[in-house]
Amino acid sequence: MGNLLEHMGIEKDRVHFSWISSAEATKFVDVVKEISKKVRALGPNKKLVKDYN
Amino acid sequence: MDTCINKIRELSLKLLEENEVKKVIGFAEGTIPMATSPVTITRKQDVEKLVFNSTCGLNLANYIRNQKDKIAVIAKGCDTRNIVTHIVENQVQREKLYIIGVPCNGMIDKSKIESLFEDEIIEFSEDGGKLNVKSSLKEEKLNKSDYLRKNCRLCMHKNPVIYDVLAGDLVEEQNFDNPYPDVDEIEAMNSETKWQHFEDLTKNCIRCYACRNACPICYCPTCFVDESGPQWVGKGQDKTDVNTFHFLRAFHCAGRCTDCGACVEACPMDINVRDFTRKLNKDSFEMFGWEAGLDIARRPPLDVYSPNDPDDFIK
Repeated sequence: MGNLLEHMGIEKDRVHFSWISSAEATKFVDVVKEISKKVRALGPNKKLVKDYN
Repeated sequence: MDTCINKIRELSLKLLEENEVKKVIGFAEGTIPMATSPVTITRKQDVEKLVFNSTCGLNLANYIRNQKDKIAVIAKGCDTRNIVTHIVENQVQREKLYIIGVPCNGMIDKSKIESLFEDEIIEFSEDGGKLNVKSSLKEEKLNKSDYLRKNCRLCMHKNPVIYDVLAGDLVEEQNFDNPYPDVDEIEAMNSETKWQHFEDLTKNCIRCYACRNACPICYCPTCFVDESGPQWVGKGQDKTDVNTFHFLRAFHCAGRCTDCGACVEACPMDINVRDFTRKLNKDSFEMFGWEAGLDIARRPPLDVYSPNDPDDFIK
């Protein structure tokens, strides 16, 4: 699914997949930090977003 | 392929006469040239209505579900692959089908032919590899090989993969070093260009769902676009909804699509919706060595778990 999104032009770093157990708090923090960093670098998403104005 | 129609009629007649099957599903001449349409034959005097030529681009596997009695179906290479998919997905039972396999030399791109003419085409006939197309203004003699559909050009399974009887001699299969040049072309683009490509591709989409209805693997009792509680996707012409529809429909076909081209054949706006599904076909092939509909004994890749499944996308 990630591949098809990327194929359609959604940036690779925009969508992330991970599997984190409820007992892995530190892994959760690490993954979310990394995702935030990557997504922030890309800026706001304008694709597949509806414009209601 | 021209001579096989006699064989198809002969076999169909015999099957109906002997009461082996109750119906024969095939193609009949449409109301305008180049527009053959699916037909169900139940009486033996109607067998003459059956035709088979290079305009039979729809997929007859779409019409074999929910049948009470044993039926016969006329199936080219891709149709038989969809029949296999149906059997694997428990939509039909093999013993309730009589498959008349037709080795196929490809179907023609009707839009490409229509674009040669300024007015309406009034006559179409074919003879071997030659097509004769006539409008009131001019007549063209074309080579069929120049006007094949894009999916037929890249087809590697022209011969039926499952059948009870063949209506013609097997044809030579094509082999390609790279079966997915069209996908590579899009993959080479950057994100913005890709996005633009798909925006342009679907900009004329009128949400008629002809692609979904023609698709043999789109058989959900309620499609996600018709669902109203919850409503997964908006029903209007908003480009986000249009792209969501195409994206999700394609993903539902992952590992199941046989690239039969029925979606593109049915599209009234000439949208090459295969640009979506082809990527998934390529991924299935590269990640799982899988091509849909080749073996009734194997489950599709998204249906089974293996410890060796590629998982490098998960962090």
